[in-house]
Amino acid sequence: MSVLVNKHTRVLVQGLGKAGRFHMAQMVQYGTQVVGGVAPGKGGTVVDGVPAFDSVAEAVKATGADASVVYVPAAGCLDSILEADAAGLRLCVVITEGIPTSDMVKAFAVLRARGSTMRIIGPNCPGIITPGECKIGIMPGYIHRPGPVGVVSRSGTLTYEAVWQLSERGIGQSTCIGIGGDPLIGTTHLDALRLFQDDPATEAIIMIGEIGGSAEEEAAEYISKNVRKPVVGFIAGQTAPQGKRMGHAGAIISGGSGKAADKIAALERAGVAVARNPSEMAATLVKLLGK
Amino acid sequence: MKIHEYQAKAILKAAGVPVLEGRVVHSAQGAGAAFAELGQPIAVVKAQIHAGGRGKGGGVKLVRSVAEAEQAAAAIMAKPLITYQTGPNGQRVKTLLVEQGCAIERELYAGIALDRASRLPVLMVSSEGGVEIEEVAHKHPEKILKETIDPLVGLLPSQARRLAKEVGLPATLWDKATQFLQALCRVYIQKDLSLAEINPLVVTKDGQLIALDAKMNFDSNALYRQPDVVALRDLDEEDASEVAGQAAGISYISLDGNIGCLVNGAGLAMATMDIIKLYGASPANFLDVGGGATKDQVATAFRLILADPKVKGILINIFGGILRCTTLADGIVAAVKETGLSLPLVVRLEGTEVEQGRQILRDSGLPITTASTMADAAEKIVKATAQATAGRSNS
Repeated sequence: MSVLVNKHTRVLVQGLGKAGRFHMAQMVQYGTQVVGGVAPGKGGTVVDGVPAFDSVAEAVKATGADASVVYVPAAGCLDSILEADAAGLRLCVVITEGIPTSDMVKAFAVLRARGSTMRIIGPNCPGIITPGECKIGIMPGYIHRPGPVGVVSRSGTLTYEAVWQLSERGIGQSTCIGIGGDPLIGTTHLDALRLFQDDPATEAIIMIGEIGGSAEEEAAEYISKNVRKPVVGFIAGQTAPQGKRMGHAGAIISGGSGKAADKIAALERAGVAVARNPSEMAATLVKLLGK
Repeated sequence: MKIHEYQAKAILKAAGVPVLEGRVVHSAQGAGAAFAELGQPIAVVKAQIHAGGRGKGGGVKLVRSVAEAEQAAAAIMAKPLITYQTGPNGQRVKTLLVEQGCAIERELYAGIALDRASRLPVLMVSSEGGVEIEEVAHKHPEKILKETIDPLVGLLPSQARRLAKEVGLPATLWDKATQFLQALCRVYIQKDLSLAEINPLVVTKDGQLIALDAKMNFDSNALYRQPDVVALRDLDEEDASEVAGQAAGISYISLDGNIGCLVNGAGLAMATMDIIKLYGASPANFLDVGGGATKDQVATAFRLILADPKVKGILINIFGGILRCTTLADGIVAAVKETGLSLPLVVRLEGTEVEQGRQILRDSGLPITTASTMADAAEKIVKATAQATAGRSNS
């Protein structure tokens, strides 16, 4: 078992530019069922061994796809997300960085108005992977191995770091979800924790947060009430200054809120073992499980 | 991206939000002439810098004559203006706004920001105008009234009326308040703002609502479709290294410590800063070279770090996913060969093509220390930097 994606997930790639094609090939190589690519004007052709379609709707009709991954440039993502929903996809993973916030406000407003049930992961994220079964996104597949730990994170490379530490110790992962570094994201820490709590294959969770917003605090409250599995946390940005956007559009301490210290305190109150040292995320988990 | 008050007010005025008559000047004489031109018994001379806290810092002065206007302007421009947001060195004032005075009855607050939880912009109005809204939020959260803005319809008149009524405005002012708040919301949405603040929003004795101050931040991701906004950018208000980084597609933020960091990915870059602190030193910068960095970007990032005189040691921490370790290694070797290297350099590489990357560093013959984990890397650079600086101060 795993969450959201597995070996049966049938994936479309939206956007067959340089990045889209590079990562499509990587996903195919990993064993992901990439059933089609969407690029207007390329319908009917085959791109790098994958059939291309002019629209998501045509691709879904022909392939039975249930998920997509978006590599479309930022200016086109509002369209791509709403197109994915209109075609009835269950999951839309948005890798693209730099989407205007107001476009995401509109996307979420329209999806709400439509009564959509499509789950969005991202934007500005590395994607989601169920090791050995399905990789949707840009993460290096080979560092993962199947196992019992669910990983959720706002960061890309810091997630790889956590996964690497786990795999080095022979501990595998059920599913790893990079939820994205933007202020508005489709799947939050809380959503991912709920999925992991309900997944029988996930025995423990690593949750990686960072400065900005209060999603970690909301997750902490959820953990204290609902999560019965061991959780290890790490919060990046303990040394970040006020008022500066730290690379991610969502990583900013503003008006005294969004600080790492507050998030760490909230998580610890919820019983989460928070690693202070990013080198010790997996070690903290091992220690927690050893008790 | 931030803009000046006078620029924000021009945007508001064009959108139908009432602002006071004012003149933008760049000298003491200009301020005097502006006072005369405005032709009112009083005026206010306001320093135009991006940082907040200008009033308390001495950057806003009430004047009653041409001579006073000139004096006030000269005093403000004479030395850097220091506020709680400028840092200890302050910010040089090159531009002033000379504005009419007005007879204030009440000071309110109006602001729009993104509410992450509802995934909508939220309009906040408070009876506590003229003070830091964060302070109000902390001490009297009940005094901040909120309405979320649906992008499909904008702020509805019923929402604006509710805020106007509950903030204590008489019914005779509800229409004016509705027009004011709707116009502010239109600006926020149409110009891709990430923050708008009118603090204070004043009610004058003759029953007008006026934006007495205005602050606007813009969503950097949307600037490609806001050329009018880009034209308002004032690079003198921004850190030169941060601007140079942006031009090369690198996220760089200058900090106070002495260990320069070069990392890929924002989260890992923050975690690298944190671990340096954990081992007893301080980072000189935040630097995210990006997921798909090229050899040239890596070299540019390295030069940015070396250009900072505070830097006494460098830590490179790369987890190669999209960015291959070989690309990173090539970039470092190229940059070091060009600029020379007199500082300790510790490199921690992991991920795609890591062995080939390490080999490139070894083959370069450069004095680079390698590390296996983040902790190992942090420990090594903190120690080496301490030794290097101690060595220098002894000699």
